[in-house]
Amino acid sequence: MSATEPRVVRIGCGAGFSGDRIEPAIELAERGGLDYLVFECLAERTIALAQQARMENSQLGYDPLLAERMGAVLPACVTNGVKIVSNMGAANPVAAARRTAEIARSLGLSGLKIAAVEGDDVIAVLRTDGASTLPAEGAASPIAWDNIIAANAYLGSTPILEALRLGAHVVLTGRVADPSLFVGCLRYEFGWGEADFEQLGKATLVGHLLECAGQLTGGYFADPGVKHVEGLARLGFPLAEVSSDGTAVFTKLPGTGGLVSIATCKEQLLYEVQDPGAYLTPDVAADFSGVCFRQVAPDRVEVSGAGGRSRPELLKVSIGYRDGFIGEGQISYAGSGALQRAQLAVEVVAERLRLTGVPLRESRYDLIGVNSVCAEAQTGPVPSEIRIRAVGRTRTLEDALRIGREVEALYTNGPAGGGGVTRSAKEVVAIASTFVPRDRVVPRVAIETV
Amino acid sequence: MKLRQLAHCRTGDKGNTSNVSVFVYQQKDYPFIEQYLTADRIRAHLSGRICGAVRRYCLPGLGAINFVLDDALTGGVTRSLAIDPHGKCISGLILDLELPVP
Repeated sequence: MSATEPRVVRIGCGAGFSGDRIEPAIELAERGGLDYLVFECLAERTIALAQQARMENSQLGYDPLLAERMGAVLPACVTNGVKIVSNMGAANPVAAARRTAEIARSLGLSGLKIAAVEGDDVIAVLRTDGASTLPAEGAASPIAWDNIIAANAYLGSTPILEALRLGAHVVLTGRVADPSLFVGCLRYEFGWGEADFEQLGKATLVGHLLECAGQLTGGYFADPGVKHVEGLARLGFPLAEVSSDGTAVFTKLPGTGGLVSIATCKEQLLYEVQDPGAYLTPDVAADFSGVCFRQVAPDRVEVSGAGGRSRPELLKVSIGYRDGFIGEGQISYAGSGALQRAQLAVEVVAERLRLTGVPLRESRYDLIGVNSVCAEAQTGPVPSEIRIRAVGRTRTLEDALRIGREVEALYTNGPAGGGGVTRSAKEVVAIASTFVPRDRVVPRVAIETV
Repeated sequence: MKLRQLAHCRTGDKGNTSNVSVFVYQQKDYPFIEQYLTADRIRAHLSGRICGAVRRYCLPGLGAINFVLDDALTGGVTRSLAIDPHGKCISGLILDLELPVP
């Protein structure tokens, strides 16, 4: 490559959450001309649920769809030289790498290095002082250690860079800041150091725009009559063509559904952002306040203008803990008088839970179709069908189950014409957060060879 | 006139905090929207849903305003009893905000 030829790295996003569609990722692997395919599959709570799975079986604790996704994209990725980076390792990246190696072997693939990034689990770091509780932001009171399932620090891009330097074709991590999955690839390609904050801010913007996959390409955007998007059922997932100066063009594959416009990019720019001038990750305090978008062709948007300042010294830690149970029951009413019958049903359920002494730490009664999303939202005519939803927080599973049973009992004991009961009870794994000094978190990279 | 005629909107969540970003379709409408859509107006419009403070970040170059709603999600997605614990439906409610006809 000559010095004057601008170098472009093509990086795509194959999943924006753990349950995302799989075919758009196969399309990207097969005909995206990609260098990297990144899968972001780890929501705030997912890692605590994965940790519970690992406690039951030490060979599990990674993303439940890992095998299906890898089986679907590995052949094309190997053929086309596309490296895969993902947080599908969840609570057990080493087991995820081992499973991926098995899948590769079963597909007849060889010559692959599969890296596992560990070190985000900081339970031992947090627990050194012997206290019985842990104060945390987002928890009603300090959390009893007995209830804590998982504590994972958000790692940055550096361990991904290290894995790629070790020759990894697939990198599987646990908790890593979502944009950092992409930043690690771009640092490897362009040689950006961990103090090149301006470049890291630009790379973080690329990652932030891509990390929710279809949300950049017209997903979560359509509003008939106002915002039109063609082909949502065959939405194409995004890819970025990133230049060595940090500017990037975002697009999707020809023939796929969806839309890449300035408007779709703007919506994703501010998604889950608080201060656009200081978007904090372990890599950088990214500045999105000067970002510019330019539509350079249909479904092609050029992005520039992000910046960055020095990274935070503390790393955020997500703590997953058991927080009692939630029980719920629902039933529908229709036709004239539906609202009055639904209101009567709510009164009966509330009185029954009182009469039978079900201890509720918190409860809520919604009229779905009237006030379930916003208490004062109902401004139009009363809908012709209404569903009630009784929900409460309890200490035990038995108490949680009694809420749904009282709703079910409305079939023969409640107002006329109630139908379609559903009920559920589940343990709550809640998430709170705290911070740890960066030097207490030590990432490790292990390589599995096929 | 409803805000929906001039702007589009997306909601996101982090823990117990919601963010609602509003984007004008046409840059000429931005000064009016920035002047009218104060943090207090948003808080009043959503009084049936949120109880915490509302912070506002303006991005005139993008024709965008980002509202950050503290303690807005009754405990956040992992704890809330609400039917929409992420608060994702808030964007639809915001676009129903009534504007004085300019």
